[in-house]
Amino acid sequence: MTDLKQIDWVPLGLIIGMALLALPLVGDPAAWLTLTAAGLAMGMMIFVMSSGLTLVFGLMDVINFGHGVFISIGAYVALLVFVPLAAWGAADSLVLNLSLVGLAILVATAATGALGYAFERVVIRPVYGQHLKQILITTGGLIVAEQLIHALWGANPIPLRLPETLRGSFLIGDAAVERFRVFAIVLGLAVFAAMYIGLNRTRIGLLIRAGVENREMVEALGYDIRKIFIGVFVAGSALAGLGGVLWALYRQILVASMGMEMMVLIFIAIIIGGLGSVGGCFAGSILLALLANYTGFLMPKLAPVSNILLMLAILVWRPQGLYPVAKR
Amino acid sequence: MTTALLSLSGVHTHVGRYHILHGVDLVVPAGGVTMLLGRNGAGKTSTLRTIMGLWRASAGRVTLSGEDVTQRPTPAIARSGLAYVPENMSIFADLTVRENLVLAARSGEIDAERLRWVFGLFPALEKFFQLAAGALSGGQKQMLAIARAIIEPRTLYLVDEPTKGLAPAIVANMISAFRELKASGATILLVEQNFAAAKALGDTVAVMDDGRIVHAGAMGELAEDVDLQHRLLGLSLDRHQ
Repeated sequence: MTDLKQIDWVPLGLIIGMALLALPLVGDPAAWLTLTAAGLAMGMMIFVMSSGLTLVFGLMDVINFGHGVFISIGAYVALLVFVPLAAWGAADSLVLNLSLVGLAILVATAATGALGYAFERVVIRPVYGQHLKQILITTGGLIVAEQLIHALWGANPIPLRLPETLRGSFLIGDAAVERFRVFAIVLGLAVFAAMYIGLNRTRIGLLIRAGVENREMVEALGYDIRKIFIGVFVAGSALAGLGGVLWALYRQILVASMGMEMMVLIFIAIIIGGLGSVGGCFAGSILLALLANYTGFLMPKLAPVSNILLMLAILVWRPQGLYPVAKR
Repeated sequence: MTTALLSLSGVHTHVGRYHILHGVDLVVPAGGVTMLLGRNGAGKTSTLRTIMGLWRASAGRVTLSGEDVTQRPTPAIARSGLAYVPENMSIFADLTVRENLVLAARSGEIDAERLRWVFGLFPALEKFFQLAAGALSGGQKQMLAIARAIIEPRTLYLVDEPTKGLAPAIVANMISAFRELKASGATILLVEQNFAAAKALGDTVAVMDDGRIVHAGAMGELAEDVDLQHRLLGLSLDRHQ
């Protein structure tokens, strides 16, 4: 387990620094709190969606442009729970509401995990080590999956109603913080904590971290990296499915391209974080989302390019990302 | 007659369109240290990588304890009892010293007595046990790379240039560690450029040039025969002049 003293706190300091710097610029503490909570929630959702992809790239150098498939599929599969059990969502009961969301997450992650297993075997495996083919075939997979969604659920957007308990806002002074955003922050933190513990305190986690750094040496120690990779791919797909459920609840409307639309943000988050670094992906996602919210409020015209500017600034400062992975 | 633990017969290796090994015949007897010598680019590292399956032999046979392992995948070769220390050490820099050793212990737990023995060979590792391996000095990283290979007993240790670029005091530490490993009955195939280290450790020797074994015999004979040393070490230069 990495000693806390050995953790690089500078990127985390950057997040706190950005938030503190935004406070006087925004001026109104209530508006600042609302923006910050919204940014943190968005950051957590980006992290959940992208954390699997960064490990997939780090472990096997696989560029999966089809990762967005699992986000969309996760969201649509969740409908299979949300629609027939709509009464649970409409009930004024925290237990029923959370059970509904929990069940939807369970079904969505199981479906996207299983789909990830098939995707790895059929789409990814034939193109190991061939980046151009990976980009082409995974983009093709994304298009095919979107058309399958159209065929199964129709091409029209599908509305999704938030469960009652997650609707509305908490009022903190003059600030309104949406309940769903608090839920997304808590869930995102729980996912990060589970991944951190899993990667640092379990043998399989050690193998994944070692494999991200030098997969050849992991094999020379007697471990089959491909089996580990399949496991990571399945877990990453399931996490994207979980992200898809959160994203669907946030948007409250489903379209087949909702996963693909997130891919630019997801790639920026994992590049900013350092390819293969889960901690970097976490910090990068939060930075990205906070900056987008603050610039959207302070300088709306700059908001569309704030992500790219952030990426440029970070890569000039740390060319390998916030938490570079030591590659062989 | 000494039993061959590892043997290569007529092994050819291609990397991309390059033909690297041109029919390597090599026998590593069980017990003791076999030195693999030769100039830069002679094919020593390629031979070790081919044995480990990191580069696939395009022709010929590699047998370990009589079993053909030529086409086995690298993890299976490692699990058949090989430990490998690559030339660039390949320690996991983001993992702690402890985590590097935990991963190398395939049985799951590090044997406490074995760990004490390793710490006896390389005391610096005990001091920096919880430190990220990337923070170690070059010599300490090499110690960790070797410790990782020996943290559990293996049938054969493949070690690629362990003294390269190290300070004399650390080289002496390495030689002493390999002597102790050898005394425990281990079999080691050691690639080395440092002839003094080779003389100090080797029982048998094979010399490579241009992707082939050009000499094999007792290390003592080569150590005493200056003409032979000169001929072997100067072989390529003569040929290419």
